[in-house]
Amino acid sequence: MFKRLVSPCLAGLLLAGAASALSATPGAPGLGAPLTPAVLAGIELTVLPTGEGLPSGEGSVTEGAALYQQHCQACHGAEGQGGMNGDLVGGVGSLATAAPKKTVTSYWPYATIAFDYIRRAMPYTAPGSLSADEVYAIVAYLLSRDDVVPKDAVLDAQGLAAVKMPNAEGFYPGE
Amino acid sequence: MDDTTLVPIAGNGLLPLRALNRRQLLTGLGAGALALPSAALAAGGRPPWMQGAGAGMRGYGTPSPAETVGRVAIASQPGTTGSGASRTPLAALEGTITPSGLHFERHHSGVPTIDPVAHRLHIHGLVEKPLAFSLEALERYPLVTQLRFLECSGNSAVNLAAPEAPDLDVATLHGLVSQSEWVGVPLSVLLEEAGLKPGAAWVIAEGADAAAMSRSVPLGKALDDAIVALYQNGERLRPENGYPMRLFLPNYEGNMSVKWLRRLKVTDQPAMTKDETSKYTELMPDGRAAQFTFTMGVKSVITRPSKGYGLGAHGIYPITGLAWSGQGEIRRVEVSADGGRSWADAALEGPGGPGAMVRFRMPWLWQGQPATLVSRATDSTGTVQPTREAIVDARGPQSLYHYNGQQRWQVSAAGDVRNSYV
Repeated sequence: MFKRLVSPCLAGLLLAGAASALSATPGAPGLGAPLTPAVLAGIELTVLPTGEGLPSGEGSVTEGAALYQQHCQACHGAEGQGGMNGDLVGGVGSLATAAPKKTVTSYWPYATIAFDYIRRAMPYTAPGSLSADEVYAIVAYLLSRDDVVPKDAVLDAQGLAAVKMPNAEGFYPGE
Repeated sequence: MDDTTLVPIAGNGLLPLRALNRRQLLTGLGAGALALPSAALAAGGRPPWMQGAGAGMRGYGTPSPAETVGRVAIASQPGTTGSGASRTPLAALEGTITPSGLHFERHHSGVPTIDPVAHRLHIHGLVEKPLAFSLEALERYPLVTQLRFLECSGNSAVNLAAPEAPDLDVATLHGLVSQSEWVGVPLSVLLEEAGLKPGAAWVIAEGADAAAMSRSVPLGKALDDAIVALYQNGERLRPENGYPMRLFLPNYEGNMSVKWLRRLKVTDQPAMTKDETSKYTELMPDGRAAQFTFTMGVKSVITRPSKGYGLGAHGIYPITGLAWSGQGEIRRVEVSADGGRSWADAALEGPGGPGAMVRFRMPWLWQGQPATLVSRATDSTGTVQPTREAIVDARGPQSLYHYNGQQRWQVSAAGDVRNSYV
């Protein structure tokens, strides 16, 4: 899917970039300081759709239900819908209708996105405060609301990356 | 008076540009309404501000207290103050530069207060040498200057999504676009210093805001004209525009120019972040969605006359507005006063150039006739700004983003102006 995004023009740029990387840019002072693995480990947040970047840990739907009430419900409503901010679940099958409802379960193509986003940005007032186990549990709970995972599911890195989302095939590279 | 000055060049009163430059025309056509208030004369020729020494110097200037212009339509998600947008007051401004304090805002978890000395830009992933750059270090790199528009891809979306034309002003409808002179370090220089490894194809950018906002950028764009911007309109970035450093990707949807830039991870694939899947994708009528539609299309909008900036006495009025395209330079802006039945070329102003916003002007003789004012821009690729109908037909009203349809303003016999689809 993504190979198609690399146009001939873009591929030329890639080659040019790779070639010119061999020589320093004229006038560039070369002031980047070495970034150590220890520092990097503390700031790395990216999770790829392949699951690369997911931390160790695990969480269950049951644990997630309790955590959801504690950390998410005030803004996103009971059981992921009806809150003052966006609904997180529901709407599966609605995308081709006149009233599409875009939620985590109906629209997001990979379950990894939910982990990545919750870990980096949520809860809104205390981002970064949830443990990896807690994030896995909340994701498991949300996905279970629309039966994307079973009600007794326990998700870890491998399990999360393997989840097949309802809209997994719903995106294509635009122009 | 030049006999041809008042000869319309298109229907319903559009005039040649020189009509704006002929003072005697104003005398002949309701100039009385344009007479200045005579406060100065009432003060006996020496108004109060001429009767004593004025204020002294100050460290950082601000607009006149008589000026009340500000960002408009400021809205945040329920329960938040910094998760939303504010819009540039387009109709209140002239020229092509947006003052930094009036540049539109779109934040996902507020404006962070960043210590510029402690802040670092980290580059890692598929690179030979993972590196960290301080602001002080970046200042010593060769800087480049770019006059560029920046537009949120959700700009103008309400005119696509709403079934009836909402009664909103130009800033509320289209104010998620601004133009600045951005100065920064070419990203290619920093990536070359880190050294790209085989397989590098994307750069995942992340901000130092509370949401750690993140987007995937094709490596080709990163090596082409992307910069790490440090300055906006001559001074350091404003906090709401990414202080102390932001990614700036000319011509691409604004969300990708990640503010408060903290981390760039080089990868072989996009990260599929929330803001490139859940948001900033265009849902089509068949339920599938176009993704990675980065480039902003050719667009123009008449900023005056517009809602709230209507007409009074009959006479000649300037029609003016802005035009821009992420595909190249603006080559032409046409204006119609009869809803698109006839068109005439407007005069273009501003430095222009690729990715730069230009101003257009057209004189109009209004004698109380109802009118529908429209503009349409053409860019250097030959692409003409589409109508709303064409976009709705092509991708439906739910696609939301990258809406660049022609804006129509309906002028009543009383001189009031409102948003219109017809």
